[in-house]
Amino acid sequence: MITSSKRTPLTYLVHATVLFLVIIWTIPTAGLFISSIRDKSQLSTSGWWTALSTSEQRLVARAHEPKAQTQVGDRYVISGNLFEGDAGEITKFGSSSLRPDEFDVGVVAELKKGQTLQVMENGDYLFSSPSEWKGSRGQRIFYTAETPPRFTLENYREVLSAEGLGQSFINSLTVTIPATIIPILVAAFAAYALAWMRFPGRALLVAAVVGLLVVPLQMSLIPLLKSYNMIGEFFGVGSKTYVGIWLAHTGFGLPLAIYLLRNYIVGLPREIIESARVDGASDFDIFRKIVLPLSFPALASFAIFQFLWVWNDLLIAMVFLGNDAEHMVLTGQLRELLGSRGGNWEILTASAFITIIIPLCVFFGLQRYLVRGLLAGSVK
Amino acid sequence: MADVKLTHVKKIYSNHVEVLKDINLDIKKGEFIVFVGPSGCGKSTLLRMISGLEEISAGTLEIDGEVVNDVPPALRGIAMVFQSYALYPHMTVYDNMAFSLQIAKVSKEDIDQQVRKAADMLQLTPYLGRLPKALSGGQRQRVAIGRAIVRRPKVFLFDEPLSNLDAALRVATRMEIANLKDSMPESTMIYVTHDQVEAMTLADRIVLLSGGNIEQVGSPLELYEHPENVFVAKFIGSPAMNIVPCRIEQTGEQTLVSLSASASIQTPIVTEASEQAKAAFFGIRPEDLTVVSAEDESLFSGTVSFVESLGEATLLYVNIPGAEEMVIAKQAGTLSIKRGDTVFLAAQPEKMHLFDEKEQSYLRKG
Amino acid sequence: MGQLATALVTMILGVMGCAAYFYGSNFLLDKIFPTKSGAAKEVARNLRVANTIRPWLFLGPAVLLLTFYLFYPVLESIRLSFYGRSGEEFVGLSNYKWLFSSDEFYESFRNNMLWLIVVPTAATFFGLIIATMTDRIWWGNIAKSLIFMPMAISFVGASVIWKFIYDFRTGGEDQIGLLNALVVFFGGEPQTWLTIPIWNNFFLMVILVWIQTGFAMVILSAALRGIPDETIEAAVLDGANGFQIFYKIMVPQIWGTIAVVWTTITILVLKVFDIVLAMTNAQWGTQVLANQMFSWMFNGGGDFGRGAVIALVIMVLVIPIMVWNIRRANEEMEGR
Repeated sequence: MITSSKRTPLTYLVHATVLFLVIIWTIPTAGLFISSIRDKSQLSTSGWWTALSTSEQRLVARAHEPKAQTQVGDRYVISGNLFEGDAGEITKFGSSSLRPDEFDVGVVAELKKGQTLQVMENGDYLFSSPSEWKGSRGQRIFYTAETPPRFTLENYREVLSAEGLGQSFINSLTVTIPATIIPILVAAFAAYALAWMRFPGRALLVAAVVGLLVVPLQMSLIPLLKSYNMIGEFFGVGSKTYVGIWLAHTGFGLPLAIYLLRNYIVGLPREIIESARVDGASDFDIFRKIVLPLSFPALASFAIFQFLWVWNDLLIAMVFLGNDAEHMVLTGQLRELLGSRGGNWEILTASAFITIIIPLCVFFGLQRYLVRGLLAGSVK
Repeated sequence: MADVKLTHVKKIYSNHVEVLKDINLDIKKGEFIVFVGPSGCGKSTLLRMISGLEEISAGTLEIDGEVVNDVPPALRGIAMVFQSYALYPHMTVYDNMAFSLQIAKVSKEDIDQQVRKAADMLQLTPYLGRLPKALSGGQRQRVAIGRAIVRRPKVFLFDEPLSNLDAALRVATRMEIANLKDSMPESTMIYVTHDQVEAMTLADRIVLLSGGNIEQVGSPLELYEHPENVFVAKFIGSPAMNIVPCRIEQTGEQTLVSLSASASIQTPIVTEASEQAKAAFFGIRPEDLTVVSAEDESLFSGTVSFVESLGEATLLYVNIPGAEEMVIAKQAGTLSIKRGDTVFLAAQPEKMHLFDEKEQSYLRKG
Repeated sequence: MGQLATALVTMILGVMGCAAYFYGSNFLLDKIFPTKSGAAKEVARNLRVANTIRPWLFLGPAVLLLTFYLFYPVLESIRLSFYGRSGEEFVGLSNYKWLFSSDEFYESFRNNMLWLIVVPTAATFFGLIIATMTDRIWWGNIAKSLIFMPMAISFVGASVIWKFIYDFRTGGEDQIGLLNALVVFFGGEPQTWLTIPIWNNFFLMVILVWIQTGFAMVILSAALRGIPDETIEAAVLDGANGFQIFYKIMVPQIWGTIAVVWTTITILVLKVFDIVLAMTNAQWGTQVLANQMFSWMFNGGGDFGRGAVIALVIMVLVIPIMVWNIRRANEEMEGR
């Protein structure tokens, strides 16, 4: 590759373009994350890109109930703070929804019947009236406040407990871990046999694996669902079990697993395997003591693939594990929320972030293996 | 410890390509045999058939008088050193050497004893705990040899074990292998190489293969001095023997051949009267030709068309009038001969070779 | 936690069962046909037998699983496509007739074709451009890593991310969706992007392009690095400029890899249903085959016959790629 070390205009253009593309590619995820830790009310009224600036909001609060009134001299007084502990700065206030910004902050507003209302910048308010306050509900106060950015983990707390995401998280783990390990085991043996053992029909089997690599899952769903129902009936268990989905993921992951691992194992030095054979090792010994330890990078690559694929899968989980709350995996739960809580972005963003955090960690931690696996699977 | 006997051994691949054609060979116990030949001659295949890694298509292979065609490699009593050493990269030197014994379920103490003995012999003791990647090329090669030794095989098989080493290390390791053979006079060793220097220096007997056939079997000097055909003559020795087409002019106890109208040579080689006037090939090694000053002492003369000074020797490429190919003469030291000079070349009669049309060697007197 | 413990135990049992099968079967084989000692003749015979059986011990579970989960279902789907909703009564070609006279099918087929044209092209194109440019700058690896990242995000997760971007607020409220905010900032009218016919398909495709560009980039980047420097240096000496080098020297040399990337994404596109399901639930003319198949399979009690017919259409679309793949693999095997 020829790289010019000179700072030509073209080099600047390349830097700028890549930077632009990187921003486009990262901004959606960044927006999601920032939104998920914003305060619920701020999130729904202003874009996440304003998260760090103070936002001006028109809000309404109720003063204390009349029973909290005290008598000061000849006037009855209700006082308190609109923010109730949160920070903020009030610029305007009013007492009716028609004119929420009627008065400037600090002014003593004359209301009907000689009542007055004063709201201070820090949220302190003071209702005063010559007669006793009546009724059971507090007066409404409209105000315009500049609230500083507020970040909170409250959204996460809510989705993990109330929205059942905690349970889904465990379900996802339950599905994913065995559905990652079992295919590796099964595929590794098959891959070794297809790479180094001699038997009739080997070429045909390799071709079959390559062919099955692209068979759309959709083809399998209906017949399998029927089979599962039959098997479930036979054993007197439901058709939607964890074992069922593990095996389904194993079956669907096998073509890629066998293909990837065989490509790797067939590339191991022939002499090492022959040397082991001369040393008296049987195929099983060779596989266990030589091939398996040497194939670690390929095994790791596939494990990451399969993990990401199973964790992120929606289709197989919906078909083979069902949609009830007890069995719902994260992707299913998230889709459900997208339908039922479509506008509640504080819930959606936090939920989405919980579903993608594990794959993202796996991705950034093990990226090298992932890339290696991709290359082994495609570039030949 | 064992004789190896090959009888009518053939190798035919599934696509009907015959890579080895009717190999017959008798290897005696304690011999150091080298298979040598150009690449693709089938020498490695032959070795792999002896090891059991390659099936024998036809014929029989006997080790120690027992037919072993169908016996798995591990039970043939052989050990093999591979070209790439084939060390197990994830095992320490110790585990590499112990692997075959562990597979055979030898007791831990016995394994330890044998591994340490072999390591001692090959000066590998300090490296027993290391992984192969932390070793130099020469050390790796010694581990590969050590791995073979601990099995106490009847027959050692070496598949081009030096070709991955650099030139200096190759000489040193060659000597080590020679020493190893000396220290184990009982064991049979079969060694494959494409390098004739290795073959010449190591072998008790050389088996020279070409195109799936054995061209000649014999001691290194036999092959050098009495090549049975042009192929052997050209393969052994560097630069290769000069082979010049000629005509047999006179037969009998001495044969007279003519290289061209002007150059004819008297050789002490016996020919039958029926060979009279036939075409043949005259052979003489470059190092057996000497430059002489007088024309009457010389075999032939020619013009020098090219001079290569190597320091310790000088190669003269000489055009003989009327002959098609140039003749190379190798002279010791440096010479003042230049391109275009005319030189007279002489040779001792017993160094001369004569091959018939089919490129087979004529029998020599006595 | 109870569930986690059960899962852990089941998981260990499952994995151990797998391991036990491989160990046990090989142990038995070695016991019945010992090959490590004994008379030469017997060993030779045992070895032959063991060598015939052992590959199938290794392959057994894989072959069974592949047959049950992929091979048999393909055949069964073909059979079911000739049967009624429950898969019991034979209905001949009526499912096919229904399919080819259904408007929804043409809608999803048209949309699928749009997806097939746009997504692989865009992802490969961006992937190639980014791969070329990131190879030239010092922070290229960081850039690649960030662009590759969406690969790890599920389609549903990505749908949430993008739905947030396409969010629409009525009236004078501040737009919290990035796209509408930008439109407003530049003086435009905010839109409900996902309900604009035809165009909404493209807004969905953007999501898949966003996910797949990283994949294309990683593979093409490796291919670009595999191009011998000499060919580029020779082109420089011949006076070619940057773009000529790119189009006339580099791209032709990685043509094979581009084809592989293209087909891989194509297959993925055919199977995509999560994005449509999560973003629009196939409303406003965004139906695709995979999602239509899913609907027929479950909605209203499910119609296996019609579902199977749609699955077959997807399969038929994949077959050319399958044939090409097998041919390539065979060539490769002969090369070894």
